[in-house]
Amino acid sequence: MIPGAFDYHSPRTLDEALSLLQKHAGEAKILAGGQSLIPAMRFRLAMPPILVDINRLDDLRYVEERGDHLAIGAMTREHALEDSQVVRSSYPLLHDTARVIADPLVRNQATVGGNIAHADPANDHPATMLAYHATVIAKGPSGERKIPIDDFFTGLFENAMKEDEILTEIRIPKPGANSGGAYTKLERKVGDYAISAAAVQLRLDGGTIAEARIGLTNVSAVPMRARAAEAELLGKSVSDAVIEAAGKAAAGECDPSPDLRGTIEYKRDMTRVMVKRSIHKAIARAKGGN
Amino acid sequence: MSNHEITLTINGETVTRTVEARTLLVHFIREDLSLTGTHIGCDTTSCGACTVLVDGKPVKSCTMFAVQAEGADIETIESLAAGGSLHPLQEGFWEKHGLQCGYCTPGMIMSAKGFLAEHPNPTEDEIRHGISGNLCRCTGYNKIVEAIQYAAEKLQSAEAGGE
Repeated sequence: MIPGAFDYHSPRTLDEALSLLQKHAGEAKILAGGQSLIPAMRFRLAMPPILVDINRLDDLRYVEERGDHLAIGAMTREHALEDSQVVRSSYPLLHDTARVIADPLVRNQATVGGNIAHADPANDHPATMLAYHATVIAKGPSGERKIPIDDFFTGLFENAMKEDEILTEIRIPKPGANSGGAYTKLERKVGDYAISAAAVQLRLDGGTIAEARIGLTNVSAVPMRARAAEAELLGKSVSDAVIEAAGKAAAGECDPSPDLRGTIEYKRDMTRVMVKRSIHKAIARAKGGN
Repeated sequence: MSNHEITLTINGETVTRTVEARTLLVHFIREDLSLTGTHIGCDTTSCGACTVLVDGKPVKSCTMFAVQAEGADIETIESLAAGGSLHPLQEGFWEKHGLQCGYCTPGMIMSAKGFLAEHPNPTEDEIRHGISGNLCRCTGYNKIVEAIQYAAEKLQSAEAGGE
């Protein structure tokens, strides 16, 4: 399968990329890792007349703690997240996620920025970034904007960025003491999208759940937070009953579509299970375990 | 439509060609360079039969445009048997029966080569995680894992001067 014809540009600087987007407004599409876009182009589901390939923007590849957050350059490959020492030691939810995105070959090309900007509810980073309360940095001709992740996903494959903006960085707040997180994904096979998956990030205060954010993968048309499930946890003492209640709340508030991966009932129940498993693991990690 | 002149290194040889922007790397390798060892399996970024090394990293050459490989160093299965003697990975697949029909094998071996460069002394779990982007419909993977273990040991002992 051969993609439709297009004009190709490979800018060497962010400014050059931004001016190409401005010049070709409405026609240009950004090519990041290409692991979603190129298959879509081969199926002719996407036929952009102009591609702006930002793979030469090496300045957008970094993963490091800066001040109160972890800064991830948009062109960071998933593989680099999986291997990053700071991610492994301090951001277990992100590390869990990086290990189960697509497959190792795809992770060598796929980028964190692309995964998020694509705004596919079946992608794994949206749920994780929702759970982390991340901030997306978008640069455009008039400067830089900070977009809270809760405002970022506006529809199926739609995000809050303008056509002439480029996602340059994702910022994850440093988790405080007694925090823990986990990502649990049910998939038919490596490389498939999730049947359901749950990202949980929480903070304990003694035996009480002081903060909790939950993101869900592939059980809604737009990447979603499980707010009812979060409400079941907040201010409660940790117990199996509380965790079960949160799982049930998530099963109730998600909105999956039936497909080859299962019926609505099955996906709701698996969402309950994924949420529970992630909460258990997040609590264990908040207490210092693995 | 746009055409682009690209220069890249493939299996140690520098080549310059003009390609249409939409030409996929795998088609460039197979059709423009006549290196047909790299296979096309699924055409949907699923199977890994088209795996090649780009600057040392295994990637699916069906999911990258040839024009993006400008300046890159690419290795395909044809680069492995230097001087006619089998690479330890090829030898491992031979000795441990790591293939039946052989269709996935070039991709599997290139994936394993990239993996072993980063994990010279892998556990079985690490090998299984490392090759999980490559599908094999024949072997059930056990023999492939053994073949990669064979190669890892052989490469390690060569490293230690034990050849």
